[in-house]
Amino acid sequence: MSATLAFDLLLIVALVWSAARALTVADLFRGVVLLIVFGLLMALAWARLGAPDIALAEAAIGAGLTGALLLDAVGHLRAKREPGA
Amino acid sequence: MKRALPVVIVALAALLGAALAAAMLDLPPHAVRLPGAVAANLAASGVAHPITAVLLNFRGYDTLLEIAVLLLALFGVLALVKPHAAGAAHPAHPLLQTLARLLAPLMVLVAGYLLWIGASAPGGAFQAGAVLAAAGVLLRLAGLLPTWAAPNLLLRVGLALGLLVFVAVAAAVLGHATLLTYPPALAGGLILVIEASLTLSIGLILAALYLASTEVRP
Repeated sequence: MSATLAFDLLLIVALVWSAARALTVADLFRGVVLLIVFGLLMALAWARLGAPDIALAEAAIGAGLTGALLLDAVGHLRAKREPGA
Repeated sequence: MKRALPVVIVALAALLGAALAAAMLDLPPHAVRLPGAVAANLAASGVAHPITAVLLNFRGYDTLLEIAVLLLALFGVLALVKPHAAGAAHPAHPLLQTLARLLAPLMVLVAGYLLWIGASAPGGAFQAGAVLAAAGVLLRLAGLLPTWAAPNLLLRVGLALGLLVFVAVAAAVLGHATLLTYPPALAGGLILVIEASLTLSIGLILAALYLASTEVRP
């Protein structure tokens, strides 16, 4: 088995695993972190598919900014649930 | 009755899935070969990178609507936040502040590079704008930027600049041909002007989506 094929298979498994975990994990914060991990892996996948433009956009917007916005939202929810904390 | 409902839903979903799969398999082969058409017209587009040529020239209409949608989304966010609760910058750890001060100029430089290289290689306005926005978010997290819940006039001009310049160029070339059909001699320059203003506006809008948050958490 060549190294690139092994890398691609590993990438596919990691993508599916992080996607499933992001949807099923109970803790919202963990879910958001897993979504960011998924976004970065997806950017790698786009780069492997020969679409560097989409890889750049995915890494910057999909993983970076969406992650920051969702983390902010989780922070708001926590602040609401634990007043004074 | 209640027990049967999930079964019915699953059956209907499976039916829809099967219909979609059948429609997919039934699709005729492509009538138009788009990559070939793009490559054939690349010389007249004003840029050397096919993706940028599609985004800013051949399908410039889509990009024009995208920036309008982004601006509308920000209007929605700004309508939801309370400007009276606007908080000032909350200084974070000195180490984070120093790091943000060091990184922010570099990120602006990277954004400029991405914008410029977009004419001939992967890059362009959206990627450059996202890097600019990330710099804004980083500065906000370091407590170096106040909230943008109530943007002042200068900021408002910056937020709307991309759409305004895009619409102005689209209207200016209307006399030449149809909407957003640039004259080939001017195409490169016009695309650069549009992309530069788009980069600034996209960066500000994406950053403002985050910075409009009024609460400050260290």
